[in-house]
Amino acid sequence: MDYFLSEEQLMIKELCAQIAQEKVVPVRAELDEKEEFPWEIMKVMAASDLFGLFIPEEYGGLGKGSFELTIAVEELSKACLGVSTTYAANALGTYPILLFGTDEQKKKYLPDIAAGKRLVAFGLTEANAGSDAGGTQTTARLEGDHYVINGTKQWITNGGEAEIYTVIAITDRSKGPRGASAFIVEKGTPGFSFGKKEKKMGIRASATRELVFEDCRVPKENIIAREGMGFLVAMKTLDSSRVGVGAQGLGVAQGALDEAVKFARQRVQFGHPVIGFQAIQHMIADMATDIEAARALVYAAARYADSGAKDVTKVSSMAKLFATDVAMCVTTNALQVMGGSGYMREYPVEKMMRDAKILQIYEGTNQIQRNVIAQNIIKEAAKAR
Amino acid sequence: MRIAVCIKQVPDTAEVKINRETGTLVREGVPSIINPYDTHAIEAALSIKEQLGGTVCAVTMGPPQAEASLREAISLGVDEAFLVTGREFAGADTLATACALSGVIKKIGADLIICGKQAIDGDTAQVGPEVAEFLDIPHVSYVKKIIEAGAASIKVERMMDEGSDIVEASLPALITVVRELNTPRLPSLKGKMNAKKAEIKKMGAAELELPVDVVGFNGSPTQVKKIFTPGPRGGRKKLEGSLEEQIDALVNELVEKKCL
Ligand SMILES: Cc1cc2nc3c(=O)[nH]c(=O)nc-3n(C[C@H](O)[C@H](O)[C@H](O)COP(=O)(O)OP(=O)(O)OC[C@H]3O[C@@H](n4cnc5c(N)ncnc54)[C@H](O)[C@@H]3O)c2cc1C
Ligand SMILES: Cc1cc2nc3c(=O)[nH]c(=O)nc-3n(C[C@H](O)[C@H](O)[C@H](O)COP(=O)(O)OP(=O)(O)OC[C@H]3O[C@@H](n4cnc5c(N)ncnc54)[C@H](O)[C@@H]3O)c2cc1C
Repeated sequence: MDYFLSEEQLMIKELCAQIAQEKVVPVRAELDEKEEFPWEIMKVMAASDLFGLFIPEEYGGLGKGSFELTIAVEELSKACLGVSTTYAANALGTYPILLFGTDEQKKKYLPDIAAGKRLVAFGLTEANAGSDAGGTQTTARLEGDHYVINGTKQWITNGGEAEIYTVIAITDRSKGPRGASAFIVEKGTPGFSFGKKEKKMGIRASATRELVFEDCRVPKENIIAREGMGFLVAMKTLDSSRVGVGAQGLGVAQGALDEAVKFARQRVQFGHPVIGFQAIQHMIADMATDIEAARALVYAAARYADSGAKDVTKVSSMAKLFATDVAMCVTTNALQVMGGSGYMREYPVEKMMRDAKILQIYEGTNQIQRNVIAQNIIKEAAKAR
Repeated sequence: MRIAVCIKQVPDTAEVKINRETGTLVREGVPSIINPYDTHAIEAALSIKEQLGGTVCAVTMGPPQAEASLREAISLGVDEAFLVTGREFAGADTLATACALSGVIKKIGADLIICGKQAIDGDTAQVGPEVAEFLDIPHVSYVKKIIEAGAASIKVERMMDEGSDIVEASLPALITVVRELNTPRLPSLKGKMNAKKAEIKKMGAAELELPVDVVGFNGSPTQVKKIFTPGPRGGRKKLEGSLEEQIDALVNELVEKKCL
């Protein structure tokens, strides 16, 4: 399919494909095995200007949008979701500053982020606040010129490796959902430390850690937007980044299908390459069709967001939901096409299948995405009456 | 510091196919790349520039399509690009190639010239040293490490059959480089965007003020008589163990082969 990419978009795709092939594919199995953070690859991506892709030119970026980020994430995800999660979570952590930051905050942080000098993470989830962000227990109390933060965030991607953290904390519990606020916290701030690094099923190159705040004092000017805007900041951030998770789904699914097709052409049983069997052909046809449908939806959602549309929640949820369910299904079936070989670590598909699972969970589980889509439909129907 | 890098566009395959009848390279359908050794030359130039400041220019002699290689060089961070092209350059051997390249370098000026060790298609490894001779400047070939680059001289380690030499040359000088020198960087997005817009300066013999009989076929004393793929080497075997064991094994082998 031709999605009529512009010359610049093709350049981005080509460059990310080159990085994936030359720098990611040769090391992905080792990074997975050793649960090693992909610093070398992040440095290459920084030198290639990829961290500045979606950051405005006035702050040292390239001023591109969601669609360009989608293309980049898709290409990287074909090779390794651990690597693309590291990259995409950086964007997730940056959106609060990009969308709601003051000019000073943007001037202070965005140029370093665009240059890939400092990595970013986003901290919302806690032990009692998963799907239900209303369960947030971390607090921020204003004391003179500082906010004092206390609490623990869990399962934060890029935790420990990132230098800039955008964190949600409760500033006024009596106000319920309107009592949360977002803050920028820098690594090295006294009272801010990291808990254990999680041992995971997949995306093992990506780092997932606890953020621990014990009387951590951050300057008052580190609040993003105003007091009480925390959940709005979080929701708008997720609206912007969700399509990227869809792009991850597309990428890993395409990567797995490509491996399965290559394998099935070579593997001979009953005197034929297994790709000659209709049962295998139909699986391949279904996988390819699902991927193409997912791509059309993800690209459309990204372009819709770039058009400046405000009501992106429903379509970005649809894109995330569909493309990541496709990713789980396709990686599972790609492995099946490869039989026992697919199950072995010698081939990359078992890792793709382990990695794909996270896409149905983080940035809102796929159950929550369905809730969100339905709520929007109900709202629209109510309006139409 | 002004650095000139000589890059050659070559077919993307280590196994160049040869048309047996005409004895020429079969280039159809083979994508072109920058000669791999030359990508190390570009990397060396860019990292010296990062240290000392200055400009890096890339120079190639080739058909109009060779422009693509120059644009790729710009995407990596090269500042200027020169394409020596024209019918008068066709059929050049290493001498005529070096003559043309030295002609450009005289025009554009350079304190340091960096070439690849050899081209993967021609494989002669002659062009670099010949350019240095035309320019009457020192050269060091097979450089595997740049120990120190300064405004007036360069200190390098060159690969030898056994071990290596440390050589210092005063500038201007030419070096040819091997793969061990560095890891070439990937392009950047800003570089790729620049490369699309960049001006590639084209030069013919007239601009270089070279008489047409010193370049191209007319300037080439080499006459290719026959081009062939050498037959495979016979099998080899490495003997292991102590000296006595190796001697025994050798004698046994020779007896078995009825040589003794
Ligand atoms: C590897 C990894 C990386 C992560 N990175 C980050 C990060 O960088 N930043 C961050 O803030 N968070 C991060 N998270 C957290 C992630 O976003 C949450 O795990 C996710 O939102 C789900 O929360 P939970 O795991 O607590 O599941 P729970 O909320 O406990 O859900 C359990 C089950 O109940 C279902 N469920 C819950 N509520 C409903 C409902 N109302 N209707 C229907 N079903 C429901 C869920 O779908 C799920 O199946 C990460 C998680 C992981 C595993
Ligand atoms: C199959 C075949 C047929 C040939 N036919 C003829 C023929 O008919 N007549 C004839 O005279 N010669 C012929 N040649 C030789 C050909 O002209 C040489 O390849 C050419 O002169 C360059 O030499 P080289 O490739 O050995 O480069 P090398 O000397 O191995 O290259 C060393 C370095 O010099 C630089 N360099 C070399 N060429 C260029 C260039 N064009 N532009 C910029 N930098 C460069 C690069 O930095 C390169 O890494 C033939 C070669 C082959 C393989």
